[in-house]
Amino acid sequence: MALTNDTIKEQLNTKFGADQLQWDESSDILTVVIPRELNLKVLQFLFDEPALGFRFLTDLCAVHYPDNAGGELAVVYHLHNLVENVRLRLKLFAPIEKPDVYTASNIFAGANWMERETYDFFGVNFVGHPNLRRILNVDEMDYFPLRKEYPLEDQTRIDKDDEMFGRGGSYN
Amino acid sequence: MSDQSVVQHIPLPEGSIQKQTTTMNLGPTHPATHGVFQNVLELNGETIVDAEQTVGYIHRAFEKLAERRPLYQVTPITDRLNYCSSPINNMGWHMTCEKLLGVQTPKRVDYLRVIIMELARITDHLICNSIVGVDTGAFTGFLYVMQYRELVYEIYEEVCGSRLTTNIGRIGGFERDFNDIAFQKLEKFLKEYPVVLKEFENLFNRNRIFMERTQGGGAISAERALAYSFTGPNLRAAGVDYDVRVAKPYSSYEDFEFDIPVGTTGDNYDRFMVRNGEMWQSLRIIEQAYRKVQDMKGTENDVYHADVPEYYLPEKKDVYTKMEALIWHFKIIMGEIDIPKGEVYHAVEGGNGELGYYLISDGGRTPYRLHFRRPCFIYYQAYPELVKGSMLSDAIVTLSSLNLIAGELDA
Repeated sequence: MALTNDTIKEQLNTKFGADQLQWDESSDILTVVIPRELNLKVLQFLFDEPALGFRFLTDLCAVHYPDNAGGELAVVYHLHNLVENVRLRLKLFAPIEKPDVYTASNIFAGANWMERETYDFFGVNFVGHPNLRRILNVDEMDYFPLRKEYPLEDQTRIDKDDEMFGRGGSYN
Repeated sequence: MSDQSVVQHIPLPEGSIQKQTTTMNLGPTHPATHGVFQNVLELNGETIVDAEQTVGYIHRAFEKLAERRPLYQVTPITDRLNYCSSPINNMGWHMTCEKLLGVQTPKRVDYLRVIIMELARITDHLICNSIVGVDTGAFTGFLYVMQYRELVYEIYEEVCGSRLTTNIGRIGGFERDFNDIAFQKLEKFLKEYPVVLKEFENLFNRNRIFMERTQGGGAISAERALAYSFTGPNLRAAGVDYDVRVAKPYSSYEDFEFDIPVGTTGDNYDRFMVRNGEMWQSLRIIEQAYRKVQDMKGTENDVYHADVPEYYLPEKKDVYTKMEALIWHFKIIMGEIDIPKGEVYHAVEGGNGELGYYLISDGGRTPYRLHFRRPCFIYYQAYPELVKGSMLSDAIVTLSSLNLIAGELDA
């Protein structure tokens, strides 16, 4: 039996209630927005239910939406059912003051580093993670660089001393 | 290993340190890591008890940099992910953009891209497999095949002008058509490389010493590999036949006939064999694609890019003579084109597995967020599990047979 978007929707809607989930079919992959505290239950259900069988975590990352009050940080899971070859995108929104999200590393061993990377760059606190430390940045860093409040340096600034950057002083 | 370890037999003098294992740093600049990353190994004699990795030494903030670059300026960033097969990264990025923009590429572009991507896959696997040879003490194979990587690099050079970090292709196609020299070199490669690869295989495949060194080391079961989100040759060596080229064909891969080599045990030897098998399949694909390109007639044979004036630079002679072309030229170069709103995930089969691009656009001129799914980063976390209980020298073979590329690890 082929796994269709309708089956996924129906199964999840019956299990968790249609009012809890927001579906979006406009992008390339079927997307569902779930409540933050339900993420483990939904992931476990998608993993265990034989009719769904989303047992491969392709990717996990976060996105910062500073204007989305109360849910500034979005955590995005890309799941894959390798048998039926169907993908599913799972999203949840967490407030930036207390971005607590349950860790998926007990379901997917591979989520460990992906969550560490997400924590490193966005500060999402994965509750229950066995080793939530920075991974790519230095341990002493005290901010989360991929958040939108840290813009890259303005390329047109002129107050910099070029001599410090090996360009001589003649360009100023 | 028996409980009667040598260490326990030595009566330690009073007041000496109680720790009975040795901590050793493998990396960040150890020759055997073939890249900048560190393994802190806990050794009992020569047996590994525990391992912990440190990555991030060459982190270059690609995802942040991409947030203020127009689409075409992101391509050179992708070069520097897996720099052993940068054309695949470039093509994957172009296809992600095309998916977001809704651009349809002509068949000839698809086939030319397939040729370049499969050449890149061959160079990637070539390096990995010959390095496995070097780490097991066989230097000859490495030097022998290197001249054919050189030949592939010369083909890149004819197409795009550079060799390692290629920045090859543009959104919609290629920056210029393949010239005759490129095709001649490709023919030379297709003619000579199978002989070389056969000889390379003769050197290793049934070599008793090589088999003893690689079989059983660094093995992972299919379940664990899937749990760790392995993809690419490392997953296929464990016996799972997942390949993005088949699961979700891009760039007209559905037009070609090829097999997916799989292993059974997921050990170092299987990984080596799967990569070798894939090189043969890549040759098959290149031959088919080249024949298809040769068979094209008339105007179809001149096409090398799609018609996307907003993203594909106009021809130089038009820029000098036509006002519209000059305007487009400036708009593209200055990045003044608004990208349509949207959210796409596009994956290609990179040298190491599923290389994914998750691109979110809010309608501005640069990506709102771009995330790279880097297969290397994801499967490297399984390394302690792969090497626990094995000897130090086997751990080094495991390291090279996983094909860890520091650029892809750190982004």
